[in-house]
Amino acid sequence: MNLTLKIWRQIDANDKGKMVDYKVTEISEHMSFLEMMDVLNEQLVNTGEEPVAFDHDCREGICGMCSMYINGEAHGPDRGVTTCQLHMRMFKDGDTITIEPFRAKAFPVIKDLVVDRSAFDRIQHAGGYISVNTSGNTQDANATLISKHAADEAMDAATCIGCGACVASCKNASAMLFVGAKVSQYALLPQGQVEAADRVKNMVAQMDLEGFGNCTNTGACEIECPKGISLENIARMNRELLKANV
Amino acid sequence: MSGFFKSSIGRKYAMALSAFFLMFFLLQHFAINILSVFSPDAFNEASHFMGTFWAVQYVLQPVLIFGVMYHFIMGFILEIKNRNARVAKYAKNNGAANSSWMSRNMIYSGLAILAFLVLHFIDFWLPEISTKYIQGDMSGLLADSEGFRYYEELTHKFVNPLRVGAYVIAFVFLSLHLTHGFSSAFQSSGVSSMRKEKLQIFGKVYAIAIPLGFIAIALFHHFNH
Amino acid sequence: MSVLDSKVPKGSLKDKWTDYKNHIDLVNPANKRNIDVIVVGTGLAGGSAAATLAELGYNVKTFCYQDSPRRAHSIAAQGGINAAKNYQGDGDSTYRLFYDTVKGGDYRSREANVYRLAEVSANIIDQCVAQGVPFARDYGGLLDNRSFGGVLVSRTFYAKGQTGQQLLLGAYSAMNRQIARGKITPFNRHEMLDVVKVDGKARGIIARDLVTGKIERHSAHAVVIASGGYGNVYFLSTNAMGSNVTASWKIHKKGAFFANPCYTQIHPTCIPRSGDYQSKLTLMSESLRNDGRIWVPKNMDDVMAIREGKKKPTDLTEEQRDYYLERRYPAFGNLVPRDVASRAAKERCDAGYGVNATGEAVYLDFASAIQRYGIEQAKIHNITNASADKIYELGAAIVKAKYGNLFQMYEKIVDQDPYKTPMMIYPAVHYTMGGVWVDYNLMTTIPGCYAIGEANFSDHGANRLGASALMQGLADGYFVLPYTIGDYLSHDIRTGKIPTNTPEFDAAEKEVTERIEFFLNNKGEHSVDYYHKKLGKIMWDKCGMSRNAAGLKEAIEEISALRKDFWLNVNVPGTATEYNEQLAKAGRVADFLELGELFAKDALVREESAGGHFREEHQTEEGEAKRMKEFQFVSAWEYKGEPKDAVLHKEELVYENIEVKERSYK
Repeated sequence: MNLTLKIWRQIDANDKGKMVDYKVTEISEHMSFLEMMDVLNEQLVNTGEEPVAFDHDCREGICGMCSMYINGEAHGPDRGVTTCQLHMRMFKDGDTITIEPFRAKAFPVIKDLVVDRSAFDRIQHAGGYISVNTSGNTQDANATLISKHAADEAMDAATCIGCGACVASCKNASAMLFVGAKVSQYALLPQGQVEAADRVKNMVAQMDLEGFGNCTNTGACEIECPKGISLENIARMNRELLKANV
Repeated sequence: MSGFFKSSIGRKYAMALSAFFLMFFLLQHFAINILSVFSPDAFNEASHFMGTFWAVQYVLQPVLIFGVMYHFIMGFILEIKNRNARVAKYAKNNGAANSSWMSRNMIYSGLAILAFLVLHFIDFWLPEISTKYIQGDMSGLLADSEGFRYYEELTHKFVNPLRVGAYVIAFVFLSLHLTHGFSSAFQSSGVSSMRKEKLQIFGKVYAIAIPLGFIAIALFHHFNH
Repeated sequence: MSVLDSKVPKGSLKDKWTDYKNHIDLVNPANKRNIDVIVVGTGLAGGSAAATLAELGYNVKTFCYQDSPRRAHSIAAQGGINAAKNYQGDGDSTYRLFYDTVKGGDYRSREANVYRLAEVSANIIDQCVAQGVPFARDYGGLLDNRSFGGVLVSRTFYAKGQTGQQLLLGAYSAMNRQIARGKITPFNRHEMLDVVKVDGKARGIIARDLVTGKIERHSAHAVVIASGGYGNVYFLSTNAMGSNVTASWKIHKKGAFFANPCYTQIHPTCIPRSGDYQSKLTLMSESLRNDGRIWVPKNMDDVMAIREGKKKPTDLTEEQRDYYLERRYPAFGNLVPRDVASRAAKERCDAGYGVNATGEAVYLDFASAIQRYGIEQAKIHNITNASADKIYELGAAIVKAKYGNLFQMYEKIVDQDPYKTPMMIYPAVHYTMGGVWVDYNLMTTIPGCYAIGEANFSDHGANRLGASALMQGLADGYFVLPYTIGDYLSHDIRTGKIPTNTPEFDAAEKEVTERIEFFLNNKGEHSVDYYHKKLGKIMWDKCGMSRNAAGLKEAIEEISALRKDFWLNVNVPGTATEYNEQLAKAGRVADFLELGELFAKDALVREESAGGHFREEHQTEEGEAKRMKEFQFVSAWEYKGEPKDAVLHKEELVYENIEVKERSYK
């Protein structure tokens, strides 16, 4: 395949940035999207140009590092995948592909397609934990029974990889799916009950402080989430916050 | 609790609460309007009751006005905040791939409804207030002939095709607004997904049937008088 | 006596750890506030260590190259974590976990360390559940287990196919609590580029901020390396793109011995490579072997027909299939340890029976599992005379519940539906058992410098059993290091803050800066990846699943020549004061180019086959690995400049509690 790429180039946080066109040739349909980017970068390095900076690490869809907005969608047109799992068979010969960073005020661009998602970390610092010492002197793991249903639901919420596709896709750049998933994981388990009220209050307060937008329930986040995190988690977070305040 | 309504989620609840109230009001408004199709007398009776009963006039009416104002003002505030949450826009954004047009354009359907409400206030509410509270005529009777004035006034307003046209367009926008708004309000107030499925079907029916009913009433009076 | 002192405590195996803990020096809480610890790497080992040390009261700084500690590559571990809980009542015990691990490691690990690992394993599960890790549960609400390769009990705890992710998020949550308290200062998007020694002790590091390029000095009373393994020396591996050996290699160059570099695990169930552009390989959890059956066609005609697309694998009858693991190893069947399964796949493919275009793939088939579960489900749901379709549907649902995310991942990559057609798999580099040499305290040969998790060599010998990496990482971080480091730090309560404006820091920083400047000014003709790929090819061809003396000698020469060329001709674009991935990568590849040669040298010296290290000269008549009594030692290499000059120190391995036998899974 031969493709035209329109890629956002921005030297650093202070640069204005612009879209630049590139051409790549002989792209195999079996390549992953990032392997296609590798081809482009190898080409740029060999011609003495600056390669395109982009975040990536595990390349198997679990670390949550990769973060491209491809043809107007977070992680591109496929469903249930991260950018690294997106394959070139989703595109046709001669296509023009627009590649931009995840955009949100709370995710400032570091360089090209690399953005700073530390806002997510700060939200987790605010309450994304159960206050238990790591001494190992806790009760036996089977001492508290947890229904399979609750464990499975908690697991589904915990599957979030923190990539930020929800924020990137949301017309309001809202982080509620992410925060909802984190709140839900603990809210669903008995271990999380003790601190539930403080946790949801603190995490929501930090989320608001970071400058994410409001949720207007468009559902874009759920569709674009590579891990299929359900909107139900947002509803649960809303319930939890109400509960914490009454 | 004071901090609650300042938080992003607290505001969602507030939007949802005002929406519930407005949706309930809409249903009640529709119920009275539909009477005009079947029985002018019943419509007159109901209108007179609503227009003169103290609890409606001095309790529900202010609450309604507050609800409408709150829903609009908070809607605008949130829209501005949400726009600010993304400073640099995407060069290419395929919103249709993951969300409905209605959900992405609540502000525009809302603005259309607001424009209609202004018209509606000029048409009905201001004359009503003027008659009742400035001229002090609480009788609800026609000035120059027998019977109540409400049905007469109603049919009179649907004579002009331009007004009827505006009315129809406004209710199309209301339908679009409700298509997303109904289920959105339930999602915001944290209703769990199990109940949501049934609610969603009900919501779709509500969002289409109620505005369509209002449109039908307008057309009925337009063509029958 | 050897220069290596493992410091294994005296006493009976069972009591060593308890006695040891009872007698070490402790630091009082008020003094802990005055002591700083640096942790490099925030995976399971680093993350759990950082959280625990901070909880104890030390001031901790963590470093990771990712944008968040939560993204460390531990997150990619799928299958599970072992623990001797014996919840299933199938005869598991601390001793049996210890025994399985030592045997699985082909009797090349240190007894006392492994026993301690087995001992604390149960605590890990308690700890993680308390932290809110959503392990799989059965309908009664109790924790569920699955079985893994190389063992005869079900002791593996799991969270769908994302156990590593959930455990790491657990450790990260423990870190978050300490970050919120100000006890951990995280330095994300930072890379450690050297260790700083003062008076022979590790007293700090030089790090580079990967966003701004700023070179920073950080001091501490102890430095903990938890930066994972070096599988990326092969270029293609299941490791993350950024996984590297740099932290381990830098301490090696400053005096930490590097042990058993040739012990590499080649994981049997990975998605085969599809072309030259391939940037990394994807692992499919070993848990798949619980239900999947591995086979290749019996007849060469069928192999050819399949490769040419004339036949589909589902066209072959049972008689036309060779379930070679079940044939060769009837006792363990498809659940033989990883090294055995990988070599068996290579043996079949080398013999020409590979089933894809590259000839490097075997089938992993779920048809009989789907059938088996389908019949079982039909019984449970009281469906009599269920149709074949119904049985398939019921069975597929169970398989989906167990492995759904893995199947989906496979389908996304390969574009084939594994519910309908067998998966294709092939071994890939996955884990490195070798690493920095540490004593019983997990301290390297540099005083005050520790290595934990995959970065050290200690617990897995020559081969690691499935679901043991997560166990070791968390055991080191939560339960071992926090004790042993206290013993060392108790002598530092009067030291006070370590200043960074000293000649030692000056020298280390200068060295780092000079190297960066060299890369940027070199303006050679080849990209960093060019060299990395070349190195990877040498490693895979000559130091891969099977090795021989001639190949290893060639590898040493070739890597040495490649390294020379790298330093002459590498091209790194950009500047030092910006986000520059090529620059970061250049430094990592430079270290891989040295490690690779030491790796080959270690493999050449080890004239035996053990675990993941298979020397063609040393095999039984049936082609099984042949261990040699005289190689029952740990090779610990001391840095002396060029890898060829490295000096070998041996730590003899003594087995007092376990009989060294031939490792048979037949």
